Amino acid sequence: MDIGLNHYLVVGAVLFVCGIICMATKRNAIGILMGVELVLNGANINFVAFSRYTALGLDGQIVSLFVIVLAAAEAAVALAIALNFYNNHLTIDVDRGDELAG
Amino acid sequence: MTAEESLIVKLLTAAWLLPLLGFAVEVFGGYWQKSRKSKAAALMAVACIGCGFVASASALCLGIEWSALLGEGTKHDVMEPISGTFYLLGEFGPLVLSLDYYIDSLTLLMFTMVTLIATCIHVFALGYMSDELTDDHVDHEVHLSDGGHFHRPGRFYRFFSFMSLFCFSMLGLVLAGNIFQVFVFWELVGICSYLLIGFYVERKSASTAANKAFIVNRVGDFGFIIGLMVIWTSFGTFRFFDHEIDTKPVPGLFTMISRVEAEDAHHDEKHKSSAEHEKDEEHPEGEEHPEGEEHHNGEEKAEESHPAGEHATAEHHAHTMQLDVDDARSVVFLHKDNKGTRIADPVTETEKSIPYWLLIVAGVGVFAGCIGKSAQFPLQTWLPDAMEGPTPVSALVHSATMVAAGVYLAGRFYPMFAPEVLLVIAYIGCITLFVAATIAIVATDIKRVLAYSTISQLGYMMLGIGVGGWAAGLFHLITHAFFKSLMFLASGSVIVGCHHEQEMPKMGGLWRKMPVTAFTMLVGVIAICGLAIPFSIFGAKIAFSGYHSKDAIVASSLAFMNANQIHFLLFFVPLVTAGITAFYMFRLWFYTFAGTPRDKKVYDHARESPLVMTIPLIVLSFFAIFVAVGGEVGPLYGLLQGSEPVHVDGGAVSVATEGATAITMPSRHAIHDVHGQAGWYALIAAVSGAVFAYLLYGIRVIDPADIKRNFSGVHTFLVEKWRFDDLYEVMFIKPVHVIARWCTGFDRGYIDGLLHWLSRKTVDVSNWDRKFDENVIDGLVNWIGKVVYKSGRSLRHLQTGLIRQYVMFIALGVLALFVLLFVMFPA
Repeated sequence: MDIGLNHYLVVGAVLFVCGIICMATKRNAIGILMGVELVLNGANINFVAFSRYTALGLDGQIVSLFVIVLAAAEAAVALAIALNFYNNHLTIDVDRGDELAG
Repeated sequence: MTAEESLIVKLLTAAWLLPLLGFAVEVFGGYWQKSRKSKAAALMAVACIGCGFVASASALCLGIEWSALLGEGTKHDVMEPISGTFYLLGEFGPLVLSLDYYIDSLTLLMFTMVTLIATCIHVFALGYMSDELTDDHVDHEVHLSDGGHFHRPGRFYRFFSFMSLFCFSMLGLVLAGNIFQVFVFWELVGICSYLLIGFYVERKSASTAANKAFIVNRVGDFGFIIGLMVIWTSFGTFRFFDHEIDTKPVPGLFTMISRVEAEDAHHDEKHKSSAEHEKDEEHPEGEEHPEGEEHHNGEEKAEESHPAGEHATAEHHAHTMQLDVDDARSVVFLHKDNKGTRIADPVTETEKSIPYWLLIVAGVGVFAGCIGKSAQFPLQTWLPDAMEGPTPVSALVHSATMVAAGVYLAGRFYPMFAPEVLLVIAYIGCITLFVAATIAIVATDIKRVLAYSTISQLGYMMLGIGVGGWAAGLFHLITHAFFKSLMFLASGSVIVGCHHEQEMPKMGGLWRKMPVTAFTMLVGVIAICGLAIPFSIFGAKIAFSGYHSKDAIVASSLAFMNANQIHFLLFFVPLVTAGITAFYMFRLWFYTFAGTPRDKKVYDHARESPLVMTIPLIVLSFFAIFVAVGGEVGPLYGLLQGSEPVHVDGGAVSVATEGATAITMPSRHAIHDVHGQAGWYALIAAVSGAVFAYLLYGIRVIDPADIKRNFSGVHTFLVEKWRFDDLYEVMFIKPVHVIARWCTGFDRGYIDGLLHWLSRKTVDVSNWDRKFDENVIDGLVNWIGKVVYKSGRSLRHLQTGLIRQYVMFIALGVLALFVLLFVMFPA
């Protein structure tokens, strides 16, 4: 079977949907963070696939590298927030952070 | 200008400006000093005016040609006028405003006289005003509502600073070289008198008197301003003297209006011949001469008068002069030099002239200012009220400064007065001297008697000037200044001695208590009455100054009457009044100093004044005796003649030949002829007046009270000052009140009504506007706010804070976007 662009896009879409579902169902902040990673990687696969099969060229790969770096930075910040949240609430259930709700 | 002349200018400038410096130092120094007990201000004032006197006296010694003065020669060589400009204030086109000086022997004499008298008065005031040297002065004349008297800090320094300013203003007036500058200092003198008359400002009578003096003077100044306008528009310059503008010579006022030799009695014949001449001779074409014939005449005269003028001084024989007018007497030609050369307008090539009636308007206008300032009829009412000021002020106002200014200006401006104006001056003076003298007979306040006598004597001066006795009028001004300041200071001494009692009926016999005051006062009384021993001893008559000067005036008016029979009143009224003068002055002296004391309390407390007050009296009485020594041939009269206008000498004739305005001014020769005769008349009048006073008040042959009862109508009339105040009340004050009431009614009824209606309408409109604002504008703004608030409120529910929900929104949003994309762009 000839592996083409559509196969990669399907894999990216599956990853994306998995990430969305993960984010939408988890109450644990770490779980949500993992969902975010899945969504980002789904997007990465799309970029790389487009760089391979279309006229986008190396630009797609560069963008995906940016996304990976950003994801790492985001993960660091988000984990720090999660630690602080835990220090204040003794839990990382995001639904408990409702002090600002009017 | 020679070195001597510039020195004279410097000396007079110093004498003029020193009192201003004194004023500035005194008024600020006095204001900032902590205690009111310092005499520094007074000493400063005395020093300034004293130095001024020294400077003026040395200028007088320097400035005059003593050989011409004391020798038998003509007096016109006594001094050449020095004139020039201190400072150019501004040039507005042809209008030049400047601070000028015009110095002739009259100026020098006035400077010396003013500074000398002012010095004496300042020294006297050191004693007189000493009760102000306190931080808590009690004014016993001001009653407060709680029954007490008014307390205030003493105003010693203020008095002396005002006195300094007064002297500065008067000296500036005398020094002035143009009529505009005269007007400026004229007003300064007015404001100073206002400040000093109202010195005790808390007293109602004093503040009213100050206002009255100021307002009455405004009436005269109104005329002065009209005169100034006429002078400016018709002559184009204010300066007295010839000067240069941009190296172009400009004749001064006196040159422009200089007289030409009068045509003699064969006026008509000469006219005819010149008219015939005119026909024969063809006049050059192209020249426009409305009065071509007269122009020709003028040339002829100019040629004649030039050599004749030189002869006149040499031969001691002067010619009769008159204004340079055309045949119809409608215009006066202006001259560019003293030889009668007419000014030709370079553009139209006509000769420059002004209408004759305008010259009269200018003269009468300026004289109206003199009427106000010198308290002549009909503006004489302010001067008696001015007695509310402290007595040294009265002395200064009545002798050297304020009222002298009017006579001085009439003398200084004499060349500008047409004969008709002089006649007005003479009659005004004549009426004034009689009216004031009659009121003085019945006045009982010692200062008021002196005030009315001042008015009367000022009338004499004006009369003297008006009848052509120029030097006689100013002669009387100088002598009167000395004896009147003497008498005022003496009365001040009496008032202080009697503890501010001014009513003569309460005095009497005071000469035992205050001999120096009594005898110096007697000197003044004899001087003003003109008593003398009419026989020559050592070549001179034994007489005080007043005899000589009054004599000169009576002689002038007698000569005037001889020349103009129709104006006989101008001689008889002053002659009778000379008797009245003697009567009321001796009445004053007998009332105050002789006889038995009438009020024991006043008499017991009376005492002689301290030396600081009596020494000025003695100095002034010395001058009152000797200032006019020699009379008509004496040095003082000679000095005055040195600055006499040229046309006075030979007499002048008016340009009218018939009717009431045909006036012949007597020449000096004519006056001299009747001098002896007039002297006897005046002396007889004076002696009879004095004897009458002695009979009534000295030895009381008849009780004056009987006379008062028998002539009660006349007496009341005189006590009420000829009802002038009542007359003005009816003529001016009442109508003004009526008009004011009308105006108030109009204001209240119509203007106020309109304003009220307008304001009510405005309130209505703004009320409506407020409602509109509150409902419509505010409602709109509030509605917008409410809508925004509500929409925010409802959007709030969207933000739940639930992350899973947000993720769902995002996912669904992305899905919706995709669906939208596929629907909008299929394939």
